[in-house]
Amino acid sequence: MQQFTTHTGTGVPLRRSNIDTDQIIPSRFLKRVSRAGFDDALFAEWRKDPDFILNTTPYQSGSILIAGSDFGIGSSREHAVWGLLDYGFRVIVSSRFADIFRGNSGKAGLLTAQVTERDVEYLWNLLEQEPATKLSVDLPNQTITTAETVINFDIDPYVKWRLTMGYDDISLTERHLEAIARHEAARPAFMPRCHV
Amino acid sequence: MGYTLAEKIWNSHVVHQQAGEPDLLYVDLHLINEVTSPQAFDGLRTAGRSVRRPELTLGMEDHNVPTTGIDRPIADPLSALQVQTLRRNCTDFGIELFHMGGIEQGIVHVVGPQLGLTQPGMTIVCGDSHTSTHGAFGALAFGIGTSEAEHVLATQTLPAQPFKTMSVTIEGDLPQGTSSKDVILALIAQIGTGGGQGYVLEYRGPAVEKMTMEARMTMCNMSIEAGARAGLIAPDQVTLDYLKGRPRAPQGQEWDTAAAYWLALATDEDAVFDAEVTLDAATITPFVTWGTNPGQGVPISGSVPSPEDFDDERDKAAAERALEYMGLKAGTPMKSVEVDTVFLGSCTNGRIEDLRIAAQVLQGRKVKAGMRMLVVPGSMKVKAQAEEEGLDEVFKAAGAEWRFAGCSMCLGMNPDQVGAGDRCASTSNRNFEGRQGQGARTHLVSPAVAAATAVRGTISTPADLN
Ligand code: SF4
Repeated sequence: MQQFTTHTGTGVPLRRSNIDTDQIIPSRFLKRVSRAGFDDALFAEWRKDPDFILNTTPYQSGSILIAGSDFGIGSSREHAVWGLLDYGFRVIVSSRFADIFRGNSGKAGLLTAQVTERDVEYLWNLLEQEPATKLSVDLPNQTITTAETVINFDIDPYVKWRLTMGYDDISLTERHLEAIARHEAARPAFMPRCHV
Repeated sequence: MGYTLAEKIWNSHVVHQQAGEPDLLYVDLHLINEVTSPQAFDGLRTAGRSVRRPELTLGMEDHNVPTTGIDRPIADPLSALQVQTLRRNCTDFGIELFHMGGIEQGIVHVVGPQLGLTQPGMTIVCGDSHTSTHGAFGALAFGIGTSEAEHVLATQTLPAQPFKTMSVTIEGDLPQGTSSKDVILALIAQIGTGGGQGYVLEYRGPAVEKMTMEARMTMCNMSIEAGARAGLIAPDQVTLDYLKGRPRAPQGQEWDTAAAYWLALATDEDAVFDAEVTLDAATITPFVTWGTNPGQGVPISGSVPSPEDFDDERDKAAAERALEYMGLKAGTPMKSVEVDTVFLGSCTNGRIEDLRIAAQVLQGRKVKAGMRMLVVPGSMKVKAQAEEEGLDEVFKAAGAEWRFAGCSMCLGMNPDQVGAGDRCASTSNRNFEGRQGQGARTHLVSPAVAAATAVRGTISTPADLN
């Protein structure tokens, strides 16, 4: 997993709430069996519209997405996170994220920064008026810095720790193999098994 | 203070706990499909890891399998590649897999329960958000992403953040002609697509106690559409009656031990939920969505709302966009909305009881000329059962297409898609833009409403047919 400490880039104000994972990656792109190369699939339907924000300069080279509340609702497809990362996004800013999406992001190294609705509104206005302005995201300090101000964001402390260290979950869990074996030994015998 | 059902299951599955870290939970059953698992197996291979407990893992070909001509190779090369990849992965790692066309194949959330693999008190995960379906049995079941699936394959555990609990009590009796689908659509319209966020919902109360297991599954299935992590119902006699004698359920003395354990899982009298919601079943009427998220729904007797009806600015904007996409005008009575496609199926409403309800409505009637109705049983077993009861004949005589089992038009990953600009009354669970095909317009409904709509050609209840 890619380590994340600080990042500076172009912000993309996407004035929509309830952006579901079917919009982020339409299901027809889920047929791929690889983990890379989903950049063309990101927001594929919306990108057909020449006025869609990612078809305009400088937003098309954005790396920090500012979206409305309930971002990432719907299907559990991690492809949504891969698509955002492959396109070049490192940070998604919203006032509320869907649980599974946020979990998937943390695993894959995409930062989900939760801010207030007022801050989302502020960033939208700022970026629409001054598209060229740069945002700086600092994970250890949990801040987003603009030319005018500093915004604090929320993130789960454990996810923050993992992202800043670049640790992957499986190696972390492998420290507990003995506890897993103990649990397995104590499982009720009636629990079902598949045929192998 | 006592514990809730969800807390009891959680506590009995914690393998490791440390302040400031997520709990490490043991996973009793891991379901995998062709769409969300290839990259997880890739990850295992790259790291030189194996599958820790293949016998607690079940593979299913369901998401993109065709529902016609299943004796022939899959025509779409990408779908074929995903199915082949799953077969190779299951063979390489020793995992049981149900192939398309086989009698045990179907949507994994239909097959798990029908086999008796889904049992109370278990933790069940799958790379599919509607894993919440299994909560109907009092199992803690939730969708996971591909990285998490890789983690479960490697360690049979999952790091998970504790959740909050919400009780959803449904008082009273459901009126004739309504179903658990209407209850869950009404609930989501009330609390919103984010209303359950961070919570595990426990459905309880007299109306829930009277529901069959299949009706309970429909409700738990759509918990995720309210933003909840999972939905749960306490195991009771209805649960035991459903499970008894199923092929993978405990037998003999083990059954007695298991049954006693399961019944003791119910939420303690003195347990406290973090939030409580109550719905009066008597007020439930058949429901339909008008917009592009499952929270945008109204009673069928109602009309398409106006964006002005919403106080919240975000809801206003969302309604405006939804009306545009759906090609609907505010104020139009829902019952006058014309539909060209009807889909009966999915893990929400593709079970035998759903097919029976729809067949009853279609008996002796015809699907309206020009209307396309697709009936896709949730599993091959459901298909066989329906054929035994002659339901397939009712559907075919009415002019509907009778198909093999799979996810089908629920997400349109196989050739079963709704055309661009076409309008579909669907018994599935998601009405997102493009979900059933590019440009497709979806109205979520119950099986009874789907069947009546197929006959009249506009959104209808069976009562409208008389
Ligand atoms: S039927 Fe639809 S919701 Fe259910 S598992 Fe298949 S794609 Fe997902």
